[in-house]
Formats: sequence, C-alpha cells, structure tokens
Amino acid sequence: MIFQSAIIALLLASLVCVGLLIGSAPYAVDIIRHWNINSGSEKQLLLERRTYLLSTLLGFVFATQLVALLLFVFNADKMSSMFVGAMCAVGTLNVNAFGFPALFAQIVVFFLAASWLVINHVDTRACDYPLVRIKYILLLALLPLLLVAAALQWRYFLGLKADVITSCCGSLFSEDAKGLSGDAAAAPLLPTMIAFYATLALAAGAGFFYRLRQRGAYFVALFSMLAFIVAMAGILSFVSLYIYEHPHHHCPFCVLKPEYDYQGYWLYLPLFIGTAAGLGVGAIQPFARIASLTSIVPAVARKLATLAGVMWLLFAAVASFMIVNSRLVLLAG
Amino acid sequence: MHAWIAKQQYLIDFTLSSLARRKAKNFGLLLVYTLIVFLLASVMLFTHALRHEAAHLLEGAPEVVLQRMVAGRHDLIPPGYLERLGRIRGVQHKEGRLWGYYYDPVVKANYTFMVPGKENIATGTLVVGAGLARARGLAVGNVISFRSYAGNLFPFSVARILPQDSELVSADLVLMSEGDFRRFFDIAPGYFTDIALSVANPLEVRNVATKLAQQFPDSRPILREEILRTYESIFNWREGIVLALASLAILAFAIFAWEKASGLSAEEKREIGILKAIGWETGDVIKMKFWEGALVSLAAFLIGYVAAYLHVFRFSSALFTPVLKGWAVLYPRFELTPVIDGFQVATLFFFTVFPYAAATLVPIWRAAITDPDSVMR
Repeated sequence: MIFQSAIIALLLASLVCVGLLIGSAPYAVDIIRHWNINSGSEKQLLLERRTYLLSTLLGFVFATQLVALLLFVFNADKMSSMFVGAMCAVGTLNVNAFGFPALFAQIVVFFLAASWLVINHVDTRACDYPLVRIKYILLLALLPLLLVAAALQWRYFLGLKADVITSCCGSLFSEDAKGLSGDAAAAPLLPTMIAFYATLALAAGAGFFYRLRQRGAYFVALFSMLAFIVAMAGILSFVSLYIYEHPHHHCPFCVLKPEYDYQGYWLYLPLFIGTAAGLGVGAIQPFARIASLTSIVPAVARKLATLAGVMWLLFAAVASFMIVNSRLVLLAG
Repeated sequence: MHAWIAKQQYLIDFTLSSLARRKAKNFGLLLVYTLIVFLLASVMLFTHALRHEAAHLLEGAPEVVLQRMVAGRHDLIPPGYLERLGRIRGVQHKEGRLWGYYYDPVVKANYTFMVPGKENIATGTLVVGAGLARARGLAVGNVISFRSYAGNLFPFSVARILPQDSELVSADLVLMSEGDFRRFFDIAPGYFTDIALSVANPLEVRNVATKLAQQFPDSRPILREEILRTYESIFNWREGIVLALASLAILAFAIFAWEKASGLSAEEKREIGILKAIGWETGDVIKMKFWEGALVSLAAFLIGYVAAYLHVFRFSSALFTPVLKGWAVLYPRFELTPVIDGFQVATLFFFTVFPYAAATLVPIWRAAITDPDSVMR
C-alpha cells in the first residue's frame, strides 16, 4: 500500500533525511580526522565553515523527524478503516510486526536527536568549539539508528495490504481475519497510579533540585527517562480511560483526535518536551569540566532542568485535571 | 526571550525588504511554488471530499446485503429464502429488495430500476432521477415508454423528479411500483434481487455475516464496512497515483529551487559581503536566508491552498475530473461539500515545503560562507 499520500510523504521524508545524513558522513569523518582549532590553515577554515552546514542540516533532519513522528501516528489512525477489526492507530500498527517497532525507533531517534542538538548548542556557545570531534562521532553513531528507523518504516508500509472487495467476487474478509484489538495491556490500577505520581514527582523534583543546587544532573536525565516510560504506561492504563470515560479503551492515540477535543496534545507536548530537556541535562554533563565550558554547561543545564521540572509538573497537573474532571469512576470510596 | 524575538523581528523585517528589492526573481519562484501547491492541494481536497461524500452516503445503506450466487454469478433470491433466514440474533430488520439495470438505446445509457422500500408508487407511474430527466428531456406528467427484455412496450407517466441535491446517487435512478417492476422484468412473485439486513450493533455485523455464510452456502453477504473500505482504498489509490506522478513535478521544482537559491547575483553576493563586514556572523546570514525561505513558502502555501479550495469547491475542479472522478453517460452533476482536514494539510506540507527546504539547504550555506573581502574587492 505504497500509493497513499501520507505514506509517500513519510517515505519521501525518511529517504531525504537518510540521504542528507549519508551525504554528510564523509564531511563528518573529515572533521573528526583533521579538526585543529589552533591551526590557521585553509583546511581548518574550510572545516569550520562546514560545521555550519552540518549543524543546519541536522537541525533540519531532526525537525523533520519530529513532524514525521506526528504524521506517522495520524496516518496510522486514518488507515484504521482499511483493516478489518482495526478501530484506531493501535490496530493499524498491529497489522504487521513492524508497526510498533517503527514507532518506537522513531521516538528513540527523536530523543537522541534532541540530545545531540543540546550538545551542539553548548558547543557553539564556547569560544573554542571543544566538542566538535565528539559531536561528529555521535552523529556517525546516530546514522545507523536513523537507517534502522527508516528501514522499519519501509518494511511496515510495504507489508500493509488493505482488506478490499474485488468487483467480481465479494468475499467475506471479516470471517477469517483475526481480531486486532485496540486494547493495550492494563496494569492494576492503584499501584500504577502511585508509581505514576511518584515517578513524576521524582523527575520534577530532580529538575528543580538541579536548578537550586546544580547537582544531580544525571539523576535529572535518568528520572526523565524513567518518567517517560511510566507516564506512557500511566496514559495506557488509566489516564486514557478517564479521558474516554470508558473502562476498557486503553488507546494512547485516540486522545489526539478531534472527538476528544485534541486533549492528547496537552499531555504529549509537556511529556516530550520534559523528557527531551531532562535528557539534554544529562547529555551535556560529561563535558562540564572542559575549561571553556565550565560556565556554559551549568547555565544551559540549569535552564533545561527548570524546563524539565516545569513540564513534568504541568504534565502531572494536566493528567490530574483530566482524571478529576472525568465522569468515570475507577476507584470507588 | 524578548531579545530573541526582537532579533527575529528585525531579521524578518530585513528579509522582507530584501525580497521586495528583487521582485522579478522572487516572483518567478513564488509563481512556480504556488502552482505546485495548487496542483497537489486540488488533488487532495478533491479526493478527500469524494471520500467524505462516499462515507456520508453509505451511512444510510443497510449493514449487510445478502446476494445469492449461481455458478459464481449473482442470481435472484427464490421464494421461501426470506423465511428460511428466520430469526438471526442481532438482525433488526430484513427485507427483500427489487432492483435491476436497464439499457436505454435512445441515450445509450444504463438506468437503475428500483422498487423503493418505503414509498408507495402508483401503478403506471415513475419517479426519475434528475440526470435521466435531463438526458431524456422529461418533465412531470410526460409519458415515456421502455421496451422490456421480453420485447413489449411499457408506457409510464412521470410522477415526480428526484431533487437535485441527491443527484450523486440518483442521477440514473428510476423508481417504480412492485407490480410494474415484476411485469416489466418478468419476475415471478416471491423472487427478489437481494436481501437487505439492518444490524444495530456494529460489533455484531461480522457475527451475523458469518452465520449467514454458514446457513446459506450459496450466498454471499456484503458488509457496508467492506464497501466503505473499498471506496476508501480506491480513492486513496487514485490520489496516491496522481501524487506519485506529480512527484516528478516536485523533483523538477526542487531542482528549480536549488538553482534559484544557488544562482546568487553579484549584487546579492555583495550584499552578504557587506553584512558580514559590518559584523553579521555566518549563523545570522543562514537565519536570514531561513526566514526568506519560510516567508516564500508560507505565501506560496497559503495562496496555492486557497486557490485550490476555490478550484475544487467553487469551480467543480474542472482540471482534474477526468482522472479522479471516473465517467458515465449519465454523469451526475454534483457539488462537493467543502471539507478541510488537518492531516491532509500536514501531508501537503511534506510534499511541498519539505522538498523546497531540503533543496535550498546547501545553496543557503554556500551563500552564507561568502567571504566579505572576496566580493567587495
């Protein structure tokens, strides 16, 4: 099912992004090998100029990944009418084995890319570009991941086949097609809820603690990562139920739909920004001791940690607001 | 934050005036860009509206239709079949339907003859669709004769013409009474064309269909959701094909944008040189060029999209109908309901702005690293 406008768009985007990154890989290798900030040679001047191109290019690639992630989820939701038993995006992603891996790969690429951009930002603020080599080594490490994500997407889309009637012999697909459930596994409610709020509190707390004391940067990253996983589990197991006011609808994607007033954006935006900011704090911490970065890293990390803390608080508040406002009662008494 | 916003404001301000200084060059780019957006947006709006219309129409269709098959061909439902259906749990209502096709050699078109389920039509009269009335020049009260497949001539008088707003489905429709239908096509009482079943609970539809298929091995149940899915995928496929063909145009456009962005005039080069000499950094020039691209893209996207909207919903998409609509002698005249979908806009964005941005990245950088001394010398 390649001839679908959104699928063509997504494949085009991943193709161009992979092409751009592969195209820039030789330049990255060149920079890693020959970079010498103290040299005034023509070669060094050329390399310095190329760093501008590469960072613009990567910013572009990563912005595209972000939009592509959204489009991917929307497209999955739109296509649910083409498959027997698929009610929403979950069903469509379950059509073959590559749906969810493709989505997860895209999310991972997004977070790693965000961390790379934070490192890039810190590096360009310093007068002697101390992280140039590390940056481009990381970039080369990111390339295979992007390739994997693109390959998974290809496999997923190539494997899709709609259940369609042919004009001469209408046949009943519904008969032998296995049901694609829109239900995700549900955990016991109360422990999940406690874990949900506890982890959010830890993540927000770590962020604000870093702001005050400038310590525990790795904890900010660790708790943000943990909070992302727990928050997704929480959305799956109970927040979505409260939004849909239905005790068995565990879909994390339907909340993005107009039927539910796009409430999902209020959840996912803080969630993704908070996680990205928290991870960024950890990503630049190893470089805090480099002479030209001693003042820059804490300043940037402080801003990011504050942002992460605020976003986690906001996320918790939005989720609580949705739960309180819902007419669904899951915990009696 | 304030300083950042102010900086972007000044950059935009500068970019706008710099764009205005080179009207002819930028106008050409804008024109081609707008055309590309217009073309793709028209295709997308049109197919989306058709999809929407199909889904809307099928809302009133029965959930399950049961057809009898003989040697792989659709056959009449024999007497007693309806009763043998008995009571299948979940089926709210069942009825035998009578309908068929009739070829009219006068206008060389196929009509759909049908006995309406609810409405009673007097014997000897017809209710006809607007498309047919137009083709045969009929008005209420006129008499029209059809030669049946047995060779006899049947005169009918036109009792009513169906309203125009239902023309998408009723252009070729002829409604008649049950008695007339059976006489005209020589169908004995008790026989039906097919059976329509309505099922209230959507989750039950598949169970009902499975039971029907087991109970009547000589029949095929057709589900509404399957018809809907088929329409959806046909329209999607057509849209996809047109877009895949249009991707050549997009490629050409990307090359054009690349050329435009890299072919800096001597004057532009000098301008960038001066900017850098007075203290702009390479990053600032890239930002300025970024805003240039963003402004041109935004303008082209808005103009192109609005033009496509007018083209599809005001002027009945005169340019694309032959490819996307299909054809028939009695083609219905219809107005599409305007539907805009955020998802479509996002997809369109990927097809137009994304290639443009990707194509101009390297030329922008080339322009930005210009040495001030080399161009001002």
